Amino acid sequence: MTLELFLQHLTNGISLGSLYALIAIGYTMVYGILRLINFAHGDLIMVAAYIAFYGVGIFALPWYLSFFIAVLLSMTLGIITEKAAYKPLRNSPRITILISAIGVSFLLQNLGIVLFGGRPKAFQVPEIFAKVYNFGGVNIVGVTFFIPVITVILLILLVYLINFTKAGMAMRAVAKDYDTSSLMGIDVNRIISLTFGVGSALAAVGGIMWSLKFPQLIPTMGLMPGLKCFIAAVVGGIGNVTGAVVGGFLLGLGEILLVAFFPDLSGYRDAFSFILLIIILLVKPTGIMGEKIAEKV
Amino acid sequence: MLKINNLHVHYGGIHALRGISLEVPKNKIITLIGANGAGKSTTLRSICGLVPKTDGTIVFEGEDITSLKTTEIVKRGVTLVPEGRHVFPDLTVLENLKLGAYLRTDKSEINKDINRVYELFPRLKERKDQLAGTLSGGEQQMLAIGRALMSRPRLLMMDEPSLGLAPLIVQDVFKIIQQIHNEGMTILLIEQNASAALQIADYGYVLETGSIVLEGTGKELLNNQEVKKAYLGQS
Repeated sequence: MTLELFLQHLTNGISLGSLYALIAIGYTMVYGILRLINFAHGDLIMVAAYIAFYGVGIFALPWYLSFFIAVLLSMTLGIITEKAAYKPLRNSPRITILISAIGVSFLLQNLGIVLFGGRPKAFQVPEIFAKVYNFGGVNIVGVTFFIPVITVILLILLVYLINFTKAGMAMRAVAKDYDTSSLMGIDVNRIISLTFGVGSALAAVGGIMWSLKFPQLIPTMGLMPGLKCFIAAVVGGIGNVTGAVVGGFLLGLGEILLVAFFPDLSGYRDAFSFILLIIILLVKPTGIMGEKIAEKV
Repeated sequence: MLKINNLHVHYGGIHALRGISLEVPKNKIITLIGANGAGKSTTLRSICGLVPKTDGTIVFEGEDITSLKTTEIVKRGVTLVPEGRHVFPDLTVLENLKLGAYLRTDKSEINKDINRVYELFPRLKERKDQLAGTLSGGEQQMLAIGRALMSRPRLLMMDEPSLGLAPLIVQDVFKIIQQIHNEGMTILLIEQNASAALQIADYGYVLETGSIVLEGTGKELLNNQEVKKAYLGQS
């Protein structure tokens, strides 16, 4: 393998890893605050992609405006989902709310089939993302370059939000202890909504960039990335934002490099994530950066 | 300042409070004593809106706060130092204090109050950048009290502040409570350490299985035969 070819695969892996990282953060943030695996999270990828698609295709909006609206609407959908399907169950056994999340996921997928049709649609990739750039012999499609850049910007914003703002401090407090947080005067419901909003927005950005990279839309398109990002969050240590990023990049790079070095195994590309999950659960169930999982009391 | 009238609370199928009435006048220390499970914590938690009430009213400074949300109650100047301290272990000491002032926006005044808390508890200043979870039990209790003061409460409620602390530290805690009170704070205190609580209290209530069975000034209760037998371990 030449150096150029390796760099080509590496950039590919980094860009896929960025997508996984962005989406995995949503899983981990929601888990941190509600102790819930939000299985509907992956379907937000699909919702965001379709909204962005129709914004350009039907309403003839410029692509950036359409993308922006898609992020806003997906964020709203994430917040509504929590209010409608999870909040009424907050004092129920955790398995109930988990089943509710799976229900929301099925609902979104089937609504997608009804509203958007089951046949695949081709996502129109704006010129700036489709162009091929050449960096010293390495050919990079625009989108492969932009995905990591946008991801890094969003990660910096997220770290700032969580660690250096009042809302972020409240998020960390609520993740530990609802009652004491409300004794501080924190409106716990608002902080939970904020968490869902941030997580959903990141998933939406991830979903749109996913469609730029793999420009084919079907209503079940959120399923596989959703599962893989869930795995990324678990591998990194669920509840830990840094862990989700590490897990995402590990999965993305692992998948691409596996296929690059062992072309014969390309059929096992998806299996790689699941094997990694099994190994992590056997060796270090709390994940790479996970803390001890203490039962919430 | 605070007036509770005929408060009933059902808690997990148990009739935890059976018609409690009590009063906390301004600038006084009022204490609630009683055995485990008598309903002391439930009383404080229901004042804060953490526990739903079935009947009765809670009036704070002339305003009915019975059905307000916790945030709203805290906004009006009622603060609880919860049992078991409940500092935020993954946040630094300073962040914990800042969270105490969550509802306030007067930054310079907040910084002044942080310094006041540091004066009251010099140990917290030494450890301000340390995670609260790494503090000792006594330090965590001081942080919990300091955090509560950060909201500039008008009524400070404390649930078992001496629980699980070494005897020397317990003395410190009671000294601090008295010092805060001398600065004009109204305090509602729950204690299993009944004698220490009654010694500093202006007035006390004895709670037994959800009802108030006895009340009186701190001195009266300290000298009461039944209280001596049941709660002070003397006969």
